Amino acid sequence: MIKLNVNGEERRFDGDPEMPLLWYLRDELGLTGTKFGCGVAACGACTIHVGGAAMRACQTPVSAADGQPVVTIEGLSPDGNHPVQAAWRELNVAQCGYCQTGQIMQAAALLKDTPKPTDADIDAQMSGNLCRCGTYPRIRAAIKQAAGLTPKAGQGDRL
Amino acid sequence: MIHDLSSFLKAAPAEEPDSTITKPTPGQLSRRGLLAGAGALVLALSLKPQGVSAAEKGFGADGMPHGWRDDPTLFVAIAPDGTVTVTCTRSEMGQGVRTSVAFVVADELDADWAKVKVAQAHGDEERFGNQDTDGSRSLRHFFMPLRRAGAAARTMLIEAAAAQWRVPASEVTAENHALVHTKSGRRIGFGEVAQAAASIPVPDRSKVTLKDPSAFRYIGKGRVGLIDNVGITTGTAQYGLDTRVEGMLYAVVARPPVFGGKVKSFDEAAALKVPGVVKVVTIDPPAPPYEFMPTGGVAVIARNTWAAIKGREALNATFDDGPNASYDSDAYRATLEQAVRKPGKVVRQEGDVDAAMKKAVKRLEAEYYIPHLVQAPMEPPAATVRIGKDGKIEAWGCVQSPQAARDRIAKRLGIDPKNVTVNVTLLGGGFGRKSKPDYFVEAALCSKAVDGAPVKMTWTREDDLHNGYYHTVSVERLEAGLDDKGMPIAWLHRSAAPTIGSTFVAGANEQIPIELGMGLVNVPFNIPNMRMENPPADAHVRIGWFRSVSNIPRAFAVQSFLDELAHMAGRDPKDYLLDVIGPARILDPVKLGDAWNYGEDPSRYPFDTGRLRGVIEAVAKGAGWGRKVEKGRGLGIAAHYSFVTYTAAVAEVEVGPKGEVTVQRVDIAIDSGQQVNPERVRSQLEGAVVMGMGLALTAQITFKNGRAVQDNYDTYELTRINDAPKIINVHLVQGGGWDKPLGGVGEPGVPPVAPAIANAIFAATGRRIRQLPMRDKLSA
Ligand code: FES
Ligand code: FES
Repeated sequence: MIKLNVNGEERRFDGDPEMPLLWYLRDELGLTGTKFGCGVAACGACTIHVGGAAMRACQTPVSAADGQPVVTIEGLSPDGNHPVQAAWRELNVAQCGYCQTGQIMQAAALLKDTPKPTDADIDAQMSGNLCRCGTYPRIRAAIKQAAGLTPKAGQGDRL
Repeated sequence: MIHDLSSFLKAAPAEEPDSTITKPTPGQLSRRGLLAGAGALVLALSLKPQGVSAAEKGFGADGMPHGWRDDPTLFVAIAPDGTVTVTCTRSEMGQGVRTSVAFVVADELDADWAKVKVAQAHGDEERFGNQDTDGSRSLRHFFMPLRRAGAAARTMLIEAAAAQWRVPASEVTAENHALVHTKSGRRIGFGEVAQAAASIPVPDRSKVTLKDPSAFRYIGKGRVGLIDNVGITTGTAQYGLDTRVEGMLYAVVARPPVFGGKVKSFDEAAALKVPGVVKVVTIDPPAPPYEFMPTGGVAVIARNTWAAIKGREALNATFDDGPNASYDSDAYRATLEQAVRKPGKVVRQEGDVDAAMKKAVKRLEAEYYIPHLVQAPMEPPAATVRIGKDGKIEAWGCVQSPQAARDRIAKRLGIDPKNVTVNVTLLGGGFGRKSKPDYFVEAALCSKAVDGAPVKMTWTREDDLHNGYYHTVSVERLEAGLDDKGMPIAWLHRSAAPTIGSTFVAGANEQIPIELGMGLVNVPFNIPNMRMENPPADAHVRIGWFRSVSNIPRAFAVQSFLDELAHMAGRDPKDYLLDVIGPARILDPVKLGDAWNYGEDPSRYPFDTGRLRGVIEAVAKGAGWGRKVEKGRGLGIAAHYSFVTYTAAVAEVEVGPKGEVTVQRVDIAIDSGQQVNPERVRSQLEGAVVMGMGLALTAQITFKNGRAVQDNYDTYELTRINDAPKIINVHLVQGGGWDKPLGGVGEPGVPPVAPAIANAIFAATGRRIRQLPMRDKLSA
């Protein structure tokens, strides 16, 4: 029996301990904000926080999260207004949006460790997160905005 | 591209026999009530069928299966609390169409954007008109119908308010979600008159007055937040892979690794031993052509995705590889090279190329190789299907062509498409892959095998790369003869590439009009003697369309070749490009050998070389063309016409001592006519630059022993943030005005990027790379 804490809720799992957290979160818990993109830690779409660090859920077996707090995009902020989420909306970062929950989780972890990241920090920490739509210029701008490095330059008047 | 390719296999778009507007059915009314929540109202209960004018028939949206609709009852619902729900009939895959469609209607309606929601139409083209979301057509085809729908709904609201106040409708105006009687200042909200408006007949199209563009509040303004922003940033947005249905099972399929292969053996018992696996099902391949039917294989159905994946491993499936077992990219490249060195079918001819070549002072021959690609949207193909006890089928998934999904499920299961409902989720990218709904048919066959229980079909990334509808592979051979001033007087272009047509007609080996019209025949150059030829090429994989399609190889070859000629002539590449295009003039696409012209009327959408020159000038100015760059860097320029839109790009590239290539900056200009959502045009172009850079430098799919060599994003290398240009400048050029037809936006940004980078590499290093992807050629 594996004991987990997912977004603050206690969970128990007695299935295949090798099951990647990705499928446990998505199929068993219905937390579909964590995305499947590659399954081999090559795209970052499945990025979550385990024990406070960004991890690829597709390559993290459920057993590895035993006793550790797991945070998914659904639990990043109680009202969806983490500074990274807000900046993402203000700059209309998303195209299809599919990669963006993973990008946001990675960016949130980056800013926690490095509150004022340089371009090189962003390159180093975000290069594992692929965006097939090519939203990188806006991801970079949104990280800087969330970090308070650039003035708020909202484009959306709806949010 | 459309789900019935037959119209493209002919030279001109087919006439659509039934583009008339259909009457709303009772079912429609009730669904609408559901859409907007309890108590919602439907505008208009009756309406007269309205026809499409004969003059418009056959081009644009009229040329598409099921045409278009502008009936407000299909697109607009207003609830008593005033909430306006706009139904989007196009698939959202990152182009922002749900936002743009909703605000086009809202603008004409004079609605308050804060009170507008969007609902997604299920696949029903008889009702909604064509829903194929590809070909960069959504706003190009539906901008005017959507405006008319919004304006018609506004007219009905005005009439209802006027009737209530017993004043002439001419004294009532709509203003930010309310109706106002101008004389008395009386005011009433949309929600309060919606019910009365619903009983007013839909006005005739000719009686609907569109807003003057100067009064637009959202259209063309570019300051609207994405309507799905909250869902996307909080993880609640629903993509195809996110579908969850009561009692749902999960499936993956072991497919033949070689196109045309068949299942030989598998260990069903071993798969069933994996905890959670409930069933193993064989899926038969179709008789060729494969079209949108599954390639066959063995499906494993389980209680979760992980169990299905483990079960598939345990199957240990083996396959007979069939006729394409020896397909090998290196050998096939040689085959294509041989093909272009011999005369092929002439597809356009002007003057006498052979005689002019003899007279030429200088000549140049070059062959360009562009490999297979796969779309690889971040969300792989995914569909969920449930078969009810009543035989009715419900499907959910990420699909660009929901009607095609509906039709193919019905065809394969031998039922009436009317019994199939396809619900369209958000698409985690599409790029053409999700126009081909083979995965929906797989899900339906699996559901059938488990007594109709809902089954979600998941494609892993390996499946996506190994069993794709691949972008073609081509060799483009160009020959030119120059006069004593260095200008071309003779132009010969041979293109050999397996055709998309082979996916629809078994054995097809000649390119179809849509491929010829993507920059092979329809080049607007001021060259007196030109010949374009298409030698045959056999397909050994499923060939499909990938964002911008054959424009990728054409722009790369033609725009690289012009740069080569400019250098040979000792000219500035930008000036030379402009001179080869020649003076601003209006060309008839048909005379350029392109009767297709992206399905558009050649008189409404002529080839305007002035606009092509315009984007070249704009991008040159924006990029500071001609400026001095640091050592090791170079600037390259390229321009291209596609999807009735004009684009040009300038890349600034640095090449290090070991051939390490860095794209420092890309400027790109687009003239797609008036731009409905300039903010999304920018984002599409930013994305196109990144995608264009990926295929320019790193991405390719190669085949060995019939099998795709690349397995996943580790070996199919796409551009990442650390490599993406730090500066991407989009320059919007708006040719025309709101009375002029719109051009496409989603695709045209891609083609000029790779040649601009290639030309910049040449400027930086003096090395000419004539094949994609280029990175490893530079370090080699
Ligand atoms: S799905 Fe986990 S990194 Fe791609
Ligand atoms: S927004 Fe589509 S993959 Fe990133």
